[in-house]
Amino acid sequence: MQTIAKSGNDGKLVKSDCSVKIKLTKSGGISINLTSKVKTYFGNSIIELCKKELKYFDIKNAEVEINDKAAFDYVIMARIESAIKQLIKTKKEYLPDVKIIHTRATNKNRLRRSRLYLPGDSPKLSINAGLHDADGIILDLEDSVAPNKKDEAKILVRNTLIKTNFYDSEKMVRINQLPVGLDDLEYIVPYNVNVILIPKCETAEQILQVENKVENILKEKNLKNTIWFMPIIESALGVVNSFKIVSASERVVALAIGLEDYTADIGTSRTNEGNESFFARSQIMNSAKAAGVQAIGSVFSDVTDIDGLRKYVKDAKAQGFNGIGCIHPRQIPVIHEAFAPTKDEITKAKEIVEAFKDAKEKGLGVVSIGSKMIDPPVVKRAEQTLKMSKIK
Amino acid sequence: MAQKMIKNAVGRMIPAKINGEKVIPFQGIGKYKPTGKRFAPKLKTVADFPADGNKLVKNLKIALQKSGLKDGMTISTHHHFRNGDLVANMVFDIAYELGVKNLRWFPSASFPCHEHLIQYLEDGTISYIEGSMNGALGKYCSEGKMKKTAVLRSHGGRYQAVQDGEVEIGIAVLGAGCADSFGNANGLYGESASGLLGFALADSQYADKVIVVTDNLVKFPCIPWQIQGNYVDYTVEVEKVGISEKIVSGTTRITKSPDRLLIAEMTAKFCDKVGIIKNGFSFQAGAGGTSLAIGNYFAQIMREKNIKARFARGGSNKYLVDMLNEGLVEYILDGQTFDLDGVKSMAENSNHVWTSPFTSYNYHGKGNFAGMLDVVILGATEVDVNFNANVVTHSDGTLLHGIGGWQNCLFSKCTILPIPLFRNRIPIIKDEVTTLVGPGELIDVIVTERGIAINPRRKDLLEKVKRSGLPIKTIEELKEEAEKICGIPEKPKFGNKIVAAIKWVDGTVIDVVRQVK
Repeated sequence: MQTIAKSGNDGKLVKSDCSVKIKLTKSGGISINLTSKVKTYFGNSIIELCKKELKYFDIKNAEVEINDKAAFDYVIMARIESAIKQLIKTKKEYLPDVKIIHTRATNKNRLRRSRLYLPGDSPKLSINAGLHDADGIILDLEDSVAPNKKDEAKILVRNTLIKTNFYDSEKMVRINQLPVGLDDLEYIVPYNVNVILIPKCETAEQILQVENKVENILKEKNLKNTIWFMPIIESALGVVNSFKIVSASERVVALAIGLEDYTADIGTSRTNEGNESFFARSQIMNSAKAAGVQAIGSVFSDVTDIDGLRKYVKDAKAQGFNGIGCIHPRQIPVIHEAFAPTKDEITKAKEIVEAFKDAKEKGLGVVSIGSKMIDPPVVKRAEQTLKMSKIK
Repeated sequence: MAQKMIKNAVGRMIPAKINGEKVIPFQGIGKYKPTGKRFAPKLKTVADFPADGNKLVKNLKIALQKSGLKDGMTISTHHHFRNGDLVANMVFDIAYELGVKNLRWFPSASFPCHEHLIQYLEDGTISYIEGSMNGALGKYCSEGKMKKTAVLRSHGGRYQAVQDGEVEIGIAVLGAGCADSFGNANGLYGESASGLLGFALADSQYADKVIVVTDNLVKFPCIPWQIQGNYVDYTVEVEKVGISEKIVSGTTRITKSPDRLLIAEMTAKFCDKVGIIKNGFSFQAGAGGTSLAIGNYFAQIMREKNIKARFARGGSNKYLVDMLNEGLVEYILDGQTFDLDGVKSMAENSNHVWTSPFTSYNYHGKGNFAGMLDVVILGATEVDVNFNANVVTHSDGTLLHGIGGWQNCLFSKCTILPIPLFRNRIPIIKDEVTTLVGPGELIDVIVTERGIAINPRRKDLLEKVKRSGLPIKTIEELKEEAEKICGIPEKPKFGNKIVAAIKWVDGTVIDVVRQVK
């Protein structure tokens, strides 16, 4: 039996995290050795927390070493739990108290212009992530988490979902590629996740697998949480199957494309011009719109190139996309500004909406401006434009 | 032996005597009004000085000996060379060599490079320091290792202390980037250019003996004379007075931290919404990463609205100089230059003016510039629910920073502290600050990433932010929000020994710092 386990991070540059080393012993009770940047202020409370958690998992004899870099309680709890779960088999979970209020409810058609990626195993970025007005914040369990950190990341992401206020941003989690990703679900579905990002999606069957598991978890826990899906298409096969994928479940609210993997899959590399992905982007956008959901573009990863980002978003908007991914908060206002309707668009939209009201008041079945007939979807789009124009 | 303690006007217990001298406790802002006269140094006569005006002596050792260096004297230096200063270390190396003991060092500020002096605190060459305590010196002092009590003053308070005769300087050793043999000196030119020498003004005027040390001796006249040779006893040429890349450490960059940028943006927005940013206004610009970002947001707003500021007070650097050159600011009234752009601008642009703690900060005078500013933006290590703030110690009580111009600047029309709600899990808003350096009645606004708190005394500002859309909260709400995220921290424990006294701008003692455990 394994008697020593380690978890967490404590390198020189690590902040808001800690490492935990637990050695199970046969006797001698619990001894805790705490090194902490904030020992003066939180030393006693960290030791208390550790004792309580060990007790919860029925550990009576152990030597514990904690090297704390000013981690919040929910992070320390997650790191201790991760170490314990390497040593004993248990189904128990040690959850933080829930005291925060999650401000804005999610809904199918809410804006998803910007989605900010945060590495799931690095807690320092998440605490203030909600301050930057992203439409969505993604706790990533997939590419940004090292293979040997996957189990720890799940527990940390669970605690982050419970404990961190993302204010008006939707809480998103990118799970791992299926089938492994199915095991991520029990860590996130019961704990406030709004949107599950399903990466490298290639078939409708995968959506159904996720949906089944989500529904089982909800049923088992007797929960009614609203949970949406955003499949990410990242391969040639995925592009071909995109309409089937997007229409596989009512929970799909958006279809995204991931261009780094897609271009690798078709044997080329990503360029700024994007000619190599024009077909794929068109297909994704078209499938999304055919299913009545949002089309979401790929991440723009050069944080320093703000002008490039602006152009990228304007092109995406012109192509019919409703949002893109980003990796730094500085990108968010630029994205929102570029997705915002232009003056001309607003003027036109106002005309249309007024003509529609006018026609309704007069009891006319047909809306027209001058000699031009206006179809209902055009009115709907105009209303959306006006709504967008009022958002910061 | 238990010391007799007195409660001052902000409720802090302070000893009746510090370093054997009677303490005047803080009595409230503007309450302590000393009578009497300014200090005057001894009369001198030209007959005792070289007829040709050449006061050059062979080296610093000779200059110090001729100045009568002896046990128990007060030696002053300035900090325009910042972390590149070589002068202070040179002076005490010589004192050690000569076996002089119990000197009091009276710098305008100390820097990490002065860690070199700890050995002299240990062996008794230096008995104690009156001046800012940073880095290794701060730690040394905080641990109670200094034999006497440190005395910390603001830049203005230092001028006041010298002018009032509270501190009598035996020998002032003033490094200069440029000087002539008569003692005229400036910081504008040479390898060790520091822009100006304002922090050395009081020393030159009031010290018994004044030595100017330079690595760039020019033929008389040294123009302009920021330090007047008529105050100077001896001049010395040395190979180097400072390490230039550490004097002007290169431009501090605007912060890239998204959280700090958010605080900076909120600060600028606040100033805009309450009408501070308007034609002809004035502001104090800081040099830290967040302050630079605020300056940048100010510039954006000014450009958009076609607004010009009449003057800015610095700490100047590239960013402020750019605003001057762009015409967004008419004058820079500069207290210290942080980069070569600042030095160059001061030398070449007549609207970039050097100032001193006398013009800007001295409280025992007929006014100063600090109070005229429309807005001042400052840092703080902690604030409390009564808006009192701390800038010298960490919450664990370790001395971290000098007071600098911080206390003096609090007198502006609107004093704003942009600070994160917590650092390293430690909430910044406390029930009571560890060390009270600035009284809450002078601190108007706290800007954090999670909301803005306005001092309830500022009913005018509270009125102006109504319907502004700014996230206005009470300071108690902000405190609670931080504690919800971080947990409620335990209170640090301190030893009994008083390691430092914090002076207010008028020479009274506002708080003391105790030994850390």
